[in-house]
Parts: sequence; C-alpha cells; structure tokens
Amino acid sequence: MSLRIVVTVKYVPDATGDRHFAEDLTVDRDDVDGLLSELDEYAVEQALQIADEADDAEITVLTVGPEDAKDALRKALSMGADKAIHVEDDDLHGTDAIGTSLVLAKAIEKAGYDLVISGMASTDGTMGVLPALVAERLGVPQVTLLSEVSVADGVVKGRRDGDSASEQLEASLPAVVSVTDQSGEARYPSFKGIMAAKKKPVQSWDLEDLEIEADEVGLGGSWTAVDSATERPARTAGTIVKDEGEGGKQLAEFLVGQKFI
Amino acid sequence: MAEVLVYVDHVDGAVRKPTLELLTLARRIGDPVAVALGAGAANTAATLAEHGAAKVLTDEAAEYADYLVVPKVDALQAAVEAVSPAAVLVPSSAEAKEIAARLALRIGSGVITDAVDVEAGDEGPVATQSVFAASYSTKTRVSKGTPVITVKPNSAPVEAAPAAGTVEALSVTFSAQATGTKVTGRTPRESTGRPELTEAAIVVSGGRGVNGSENFAIIEALADSLGAAVGASRAAVDAGWYPHTNQVGQTGKSVSPQLYIANGISGAIQHRAGMQTSKTIVAVNKDAEAPIFDLVDYGVVGDLFEIVPQLTEEIKTRKG
Ligand SMILES: Cc1cc2nc3c(=O)[nH]c(=O)nc-3n(C[C@H](O)[C@H](O)[C@H](O)COP(=O)(O)OP(=O)(O)OC[C@H]3O[C@@H](n4cnc5c(N)ncnc54)[C@H](O)[C@@H]3O)c2cc1C
Ligand SMILES: Cc1cc2nc3c(=O)[nH]c(=O)nc-3n(C[C@H](O)[C@H](O)[C@H](O)COP(=O)(O)OP(=O)(O)OC[C@H]3O[C@@H](n4cnc5c(N)ncnc54)[C@H](O)[C@@H]3O)c2cc1C
Repeated sequence: MSLRIVVTVKYVPDATGDRHFAEDLTVDRDDVDGLLSELDEYAVEQALQIADEADDAEITVLTVGPEDAKDALRKALSMGADKAIHVEDDDLHGTDAIGTSLVLAKAIEKAGYDLVISGMASTDGTMGVLPALVAERLGVPQVTLLSEVSVADGVVKGRRDGDSASEQLEASLPAVVSVTDQSGEARYPSFKGIMAAKKKPVQSWDLEDLEIEADEVGLGGSWTAVDSATERPARTAGTIVKDEGEGGKQLAEFLVGQKFI
Repeated sequence: MAEVLVYVDHVDGAVRKPTLELLTLARRIGDPVAVALGAGAANTAATLAEHGAAKVLTDEAAEYADYLVVPKVDALQAAVEAVSPAAVLVPSSAEAKEIAARLALRIGSGVITDAVDVEAGDEGPVATQSVFAASYSTKTRVSKGTPVITVKPNSAPVEAAPAAGTVEALSVTFSAQATGTKVTGRTPRESTGRPELTEAAIVVSGGRGVNGSENFAIIEALADSLGAAVGASRAAVDAGWYPHTNQVGQTGKSVSPQLYIANGISGAIQHRAGMQTSKTIVAVNKDAEAPIFDLVDYGVVGDLFEIVPQLTEEIKTRKG
C-alpha cells in the first residue's frame, strides 16, 4: 500500500535581506526576496529518504501563502517531491499561527495522508508550534523536533534532543513529524530535477475548496493582534581595538569597567 | 485579583530559573498559580512560594514522562478549567512552546511565543517580541480567549516575594490522544557543572576560528574564569568540535545574557538571531571586516589564540 507523505513548506522572506513590516504590521513581502524556508528543506529531504525506504510512496508538498509561494513548491519539487498543493486566497493575508494550523489541517485532510513532515520552525515567525497545532487539529500523534527519523511497518520512530535529555520516540501512523537541521543535509536539486519539476502538477485551492470561512482566518480572524512594530535603533558603534600584544589585557580592562570582573 | 497560571519547568523538583522569572512577570498581571507536573512536582512548592506562587497545583502521574507533550496539555487544560485564569505564562523552551500552542487551540485562545517582556494593558497582557533577528521589537496582544504567552529566559529579574504556595492536587483526566507518542528511551544530558546556556549571565562562545575540538579548552578556561556558560556557532558544532546542545542561534539556543563574548565567530544572521539581545557584546576576531563587529560594545581584532588566554590570565589575576 502506498505511503502518502505530505510535507508542509513555508515561503519566507530571505533572512539575509533587509526584512520590514508593512503598514498593516504584517510582513512586507514586496521589499525583500522570498524563498523556501531553509529549515523545510530538511523536511523534504527526510520525506525523500523515507519514500526511498518504502515500497511505494508519494510525496505531496503543501504551502499556504501568496502567489509567489509557488517558488517554494517548485524548489521542493525539484528536490524530488511528486506533486504540490498551493493554498492561496486574498483572505489569508495576516493569518496567525492558530489560523494557519486550521488551513494546513484542512488541506492535509483533503489531500489524504499517512505521514505529515514539517520543518522545526519557519525562519520568519520562528514559533516552532505549527506541527504540534496540526497534530492537535488532526487528532494524530505528534513526533516532533526529531534529529533522526525512520518509518517502518506503520510505525514512526525518532530521536528528540531536548534541553535535559535525549528521548527515543515512537508512534503509529498516521502522525505528524517535524525534523531539525541535525537530521541530515538537504540535497541540492539536480538539473534533471529542476527540469522535471516544471512538469509536475501544482494544484491550487482556495478557502472555499477547504470549506473555511473568510472570518476564520486573515488579520480579522486572528486570535492575536500586533499593536506596534518598531525598528531597533542601530547599535551605537562600539570600541574596536587592534591587538598589538595587549589585546587580552585591554579587553579585561573593559570588562572591569563594566563590572563583569 | 485575577489568577495567572504559570507552567513550571523543573527537573525532579528542582525549579529552573526561567520559571522564577515568569513568577515576577505573572505578579504584574495577577496572583500567580503554578502548575507543576511529573516526578518531584510537589517538591517545587517551597521555591515557588518564595517567589510569589499563591497556590501550586501538582500531579505526579507517570504519563508525563512516558508520553510526549499531550498529557501535559491535558493537565494545563484541567488547570485552566479549575482556575479560570487571566493569562497562562509558559517558558519558551521547545517543548513548552508546543504545550502552550496546543493548550491555546483547545481553550479557544490565541498564543504568543518568545515574548521578552509582558506587562498589564487595558485590553489584557501586552507582550513584547524581539523579531527578525532582533532587528524589530513588536507589541502583541491575544485578542481572543485567555492569553497564552511563552516567555524567553532572562526576560525578567528573579525576585523574592513570599506567598502561601498552598499545594493542591490537580485532578487530570487524560485524553484519547495522550498516549499517542511513546517515549521509549531517555538519556539524560550530562551536567558539565557550568551554568545552563540559556540562563547564564555570561556566555563565552567559540566558532570556526577555534579550529578544533581540543582548542575549545581555551574557550572553556575563559568561561570558567568568569563563571560563564559555553556556546558554539553552528560551524563549530557541524565540525564536531562541540555538542549541538551548546549551539547558539536560530536553530540552536537563543541566549540573552548580560555579557556575550564571541570568539572566532563571523556573525552570520542565523547566529545573530540567537544572541543579538545580549546586553553587552564583545568579540575577538582576526578579520576587522567580520559582521560581528557591527554589534559589539567592545571588539578586539586579532588572533584568539593570543588574546583569549591572555584575557583568562588577566581575569584570574584580578580575581586573585
Ligand atoms: C515575526 C513574526 C512573529 C509572529 N508571532 C506570532 C505569534 O506570536 N502568534 C501567532 O499566532 N502568530 C504569529 N506570527 C504569525 C505566524 O508566523 C504565521 O501564522 C505562520 O504561518 C505560522 O507560524 P511560523 O511560521 O512561525 O511557524 P512555525 O511553527 O515556526 O513553522 C513550523 C513549520 O510549520 C510549517 N508551516 C508554517 N507555516 C506554514 C505555511 N504558511 N505553509 C506551509 N507550511 C507552514 C512549515 O513546515 C514550518 O517549518 C508571527 C509572524 C511573524 C513574521
Ligand atoms: C537554516 C540555517 C540555520 C542556521 N542556524 C545557525 C545557528 O543556530 N547558529 C549558528 O551559529 N549558525 C547557524 N547557521 C549557520 C550560519 O549561517 C553560519 O554559517 C555560521 O554561524 C558560521 O559560524 P562561524 O561564525 O563560527 O564560522 P565562519 O563564518 O567561518 O567564521 C569564522 C570566523 O572566525 C574568524 N577566525 C578564524 N581564525 C581566527 C583566529 N585564529 N582568531 C580570531 N578569529 C579567527 C574568521 O575571521 C571568521 O570571521 C545556520 C544556517 C542556516 C542556513
């Protein structure tokens, strides 16, 4: 029987660019390039490896985001995913985490799944909670923040490295998994992969397709509200000295002045 | 006054510092009621009472250790139903964020993660978040339900504020999902005797410039002279020179100490995301153009193998 894997991927503003908020206090997506959140590349990679081990598997990549978010899907398809779903609707603008989890869960259910794989966190909101929220919505086990993952005989196993301990986890499918950047380097798309991706199907769904009301999502439907966003003033230039043999002592002097010693 | 639930992060009854910071913030909004779960939960009460907990709700069921996350969500939900709090405050650890989010969804509330400050406001608690690698500061509110807010370590002072700390057993009925993810093995992290990275007042970090695991001894010696925690860049971690648990940055720990000393670290955006809120930043790097120097209060351009041991010696001498 085929293993149906859905990988959630987010399209985010490039973290190395100059990120800003727009007037409505949502992320300004116009003034900085977007891309597939790098941490979701690890999710695609693990999906590809799990699919390789399975007799028969199909990988669908799913994103919720504006028109440009198709770029994130193309990247994932060029890495080797089979097909893509793009949930796009003007009413989604400004959706918070709880709202996003609703859209993702509905789309995952409609697509059909045995295993959902996500990144550990997006590189913009960096909440790291969507996989847990999606598991809660779907009513299936969460097996999250894994640095090692394997699937066999309808069971997913993995290792989760926490603050005070490293844990071995196990759950029956269907389940939601998230993987960290310790799970293994993501592959680069090959030229062949990039060409093949152009022919792979990308389905578009809107809120109506998912039977979600406009007021359940978007800025209006959000259960959180951003009141202000203030750019941090540039740090005042610090003292920089060149080591001429006394650099360590000079630094000690500074630390004494600041009462750290 | 309204009650505020505080989720207690503890190891066998030893309360972690970020939880005590939460009690300081909770008192700005109402009367703190702490929820402590798992083995040793009741032993947390004395410490929590000293720092302002009016009540401590405990449950020591084995489920909290045997299954992932969901039993704790069930317990917090039971606590919310028992107390009807004005807000729920949770430390921003990876696990606690997941607990907070699932709880929020269940009780029909919004969730805010990684707050660096929480104050009372006209329309409920207002959280400050430091976002986009600390280039922006936002003020955010939960606009529906009981605010569930996770707070980063070092966001508030630990203050003594003696309160009753009456221990009450929390009655929890586990949901069907509670046993979904089994914890089949657990290897506790070995203690280094150094302060916890996220909680430390001083962090000394090493990057690719340290050039080898054996050389990390220089970084550790400096850290020990200051009573500091040791951090590492991802480059140093990926090279196998230092454990991933010590990585500072976007996919590692986010730290906010009084003093951060970066040695042989260039200052990539993903590293900055994890340390840019440090109060005082110091760097040692041989490249005068390294982006880390844009952040520093004090920087030394030069070879860390010369500068760091000299600094360590000087500190030891001065401390006598
Ligand atoms: C700076 C900033 C701060 C924010 N703070 C809050 C807040 O405190 N509370 C709140 O409710 N909302 C907040 N949001 C909004 C929130 O980021 C979005 O709702 C977002 O889609 C989900 O959160 P995340 O990206 O942080 O997800 P994370 O939980 O970090 O993402 C984990 C994984 O979930 C998947 N995923 C997440 N979003 C999508 C998507 N749109 N499509 C496909 N897969 C996805 C990806 O696999 C990703 O790797 C914030 C946004 C920003 C930019
Ligand atoms: C999705 C993603 C997530 C990431 N998450 C993180 C993260 O959490 N944390 C993190 O740190 N990085 C993270 N990175 C990696 C990050 O982009 C950088 O690659 C990394 O921070 C570089 O580490 P570094 O500064 O030690 O090494 P380099 O950038 O190679 O810098 C080494 C520095 O050492 C200096 N140096 C060399 N020799 C000496 C000497 N003898 N004396 C003094 N100075 C010397 C050099 O001048 C140089 O500036 C992430 C990347 C991605 C894509």
